[in-house]
Amino acid sequence: MMMLGLGSVGLVLLSLAVQSGHGAQDSAVWSREETTERNYYTRYHNMSEITAWMEQMKRENPDVVSSMVYGQTYERRNITLLKIGLSSTVRKKAIWMDCGIHAREWIAPAFCQYFVREILRTYKTDTKVNEMMKNLDFYITPVLNVDGYIYSWHNESTRLWRKSRSPGTGGCTCYGTDLNRNFYANWGMVGVSTDCCSETYCGTKALSESEAWAVTDMLGKMREDILAFLTIHSYSQLILVPYGHPNISAPNYDELMEVGLGAAMAIKAVHGMDYTVGTSPDILYPFLGSSQDFARLIGIPLSFTFELRDKGEHGFELPEDQIQPTCEEAYAGAQHIITYTHDKAFYSYAATVTATLWTTLLAAWVSSAILL
Amino acid sequence: MDGLLFSDLTVWSMDWTLLILLVVPTVVHGNPTVTVRTGSGPPVGSNQHPNSVPLSEDTQTTTEVREVVVEEVMMTGMLNPSHYPARRAATVVQHYLNTRYGSPYRWIFLSKVHSGSAEDVAEMRKYQLELTMQEIISNVSGQCSAELLFPGGEGQSAPQVQASCEGLLQSNTTAQEEAFYQQHRASNNMVSGNDIPDSYGHMEPNMKPFWHLGGVASSFIMLRESNESTLYNMAQVANFTQLETEKDQLRVNYHVLLHEMISQEIIHWKLLVTWSPEQGVQVLQTELQPKCHNCEAPPNTTN
Repeated sequence: MMMLGLGSVGLVLLSLAVQSGHGAQDSAVWSREETTERNYYTRYHNMSEITAWMEQMKRENPDVVSSMVYGQTYERRNITLLKIGLSSTVRKKAIWMDCGIHAREWIAPAFCQYFVREILRTYKTDTKVNEMMKNLDFYITPVLNVDGYIYSWHNESTRLWRKSRSPGTGGCTCYGTDLNRNFYANWGMVGVSTDCCSETYCGTKALSESEAWAVTDMLGKMREDILAFLTIHSYSQLILVPYGHPNISAPNYDELMEVGLGAAMAIKAVHGMDYTVGTSPDILYPFLGSSQDFARLIGIPLSFTFELRDKGEHGFELPEDQIQPTCEEAYAGAQHIITYTHDKAFYSYAATVTATLWTTLLAAWVSSAILL
Repeated sequence: MDGLLFSDLTVWSMDWTLLILLVVPTVVHGNPTVTVRTGSGPPVGSNQHPNSVPLSEDTQTTTEVREVVVEEVMMTGMLNPSHYPARRAATVVQHYLNTRYGSPYRWIFLSKVHSGSAEDVAEMRKYQLELTMQEIISNVSGQCSAELLFPGGEGQSAPQVQASCEGLLQSNTTAQEEAFYQQHRASNNMVSGNDIPDSYGHMEPNMKPFWHLGGVASSFIMLRESNESTLYNMAQVANFTQLETEKDQLRVNYHVLLHEMISQEIIHWKLLVTWSPEQGVQVLQTELQPKCHNCEAPPNTTN
């Protein structure tokens, strides 16, 4: 009886391991009912709109969406993430995504919103998305640098703000620290400025900024559960892998490149756009103190930075009519990474369990054969 | 439990930092610091080309010296086309092509780097590149071969570029350029505009040729200011004002915002630009605007 049970579990696990590819591919054609919704996701939204939208996502999907305030900005605003996944009695693995660490990169929060809406729209019908929602929780921060983002919406002259909004110290009258130079990841060594007026000012010390601290704290608490870390930026059309130091390689550099190149191929298949993949010192510039490096350093194996459209024509001021195609291609890229991450964690696990079960079965059969 | 995790984390990080601090001094080569001047140097001059900047008349209000600590190894030999040295050099070629061929209806961007090489020649750095460039208004692409010389030493002088392209300038812009020229040359209707593109990436259709013209004119500055540690794009036309037509040239004052990728700085420049279909784009004056350090205080209203 027990053998039968074990056998059937083994068969189920075996079939899971054999199942390949994604579930049913959703077509990109929008239904008429979604017209107003479609208009929402083709526009940029200010912070109050995004906050209201987060509440709406929770309201409309109470069994899969919850929110968490995990820190405060300098100006004492909440830093909020959405936790999305099918509820479970056991502790789940996680995927982390944050957007808007640099205020002027408006396409990034737009992408986080798109991503959330897309997984909520498809998890009931797309078997692959459903499986991932079952096995994983998605932790998504639509706007990390809330103060900076709000400031960039103030008027045309503030539109190109990048940093946080903490005031300068030591007599420096400028504002802000570059949050992506402020993490405890070889902080302050390369590709930064010690001038508080500079756009790449790394701060008075690592984690001087409460926004960087909030992420560090969450990642630290969840370190064992997070399988992949994605941070979204613009522009340049790149997929960056750790590390930002020209002479230090991540231990799984080959894997990171392989997955990154796969993501770039998935992106290109959507609208033909080329995204270049590599470490920052190779394809962009060397720099340290990034959130991506920190994530990799504390053991999160798959850590990527996306630099979305375009390549300089509009730069940070990407036209709204490019929001949808940009989000579609970035979604394909992110899904490639997430699917790889998920399958590596759950199919390898399944394969190990299956192997163990079959070995146990065999041992039991052999020993019972000997005893008889 | 949390406290335990944090101290684990600290030990982890400190182990890594220690390792890196031990490893880094032994393996880092190259020029440890690069001083990036955001002032302007001698302009690119060449009166043979349709577009040009005169050899004098270059005023600046301040010269900012900014120390950027960059560990950069100067690549020599064959270049990886997707790595930054080839890309930065290719972008310089893009700026050069716009100074030569750009107009309100012709604006060229780098599409792809196919191959490249770099070598040291006397005090200078010489690049050779095979590229695809794209004219973005007509969407026509062309193959280009280019050679660049970045001058060495402390003197800030512009890179020298030679490039030949096939197929890039195919689009017939004559009719549009002529129409635009005739529309704006009369003095009774001076055009002006601001924030092109606006915060949402939007601009009115009648502003587009002025946006293109601003981009082409900015290329003169971006070409002149470029070196191996810079990557320039025009972020926005902050404003422009058309002046009286003189000597059959449209004249426009521009205030542009340039984005320099490596420092991530937004640099403000004012330009006096002339254009006609025959003479092409000329930049008569350029003036660097100082960065306003006291303009950053929080606004009174919060949202």
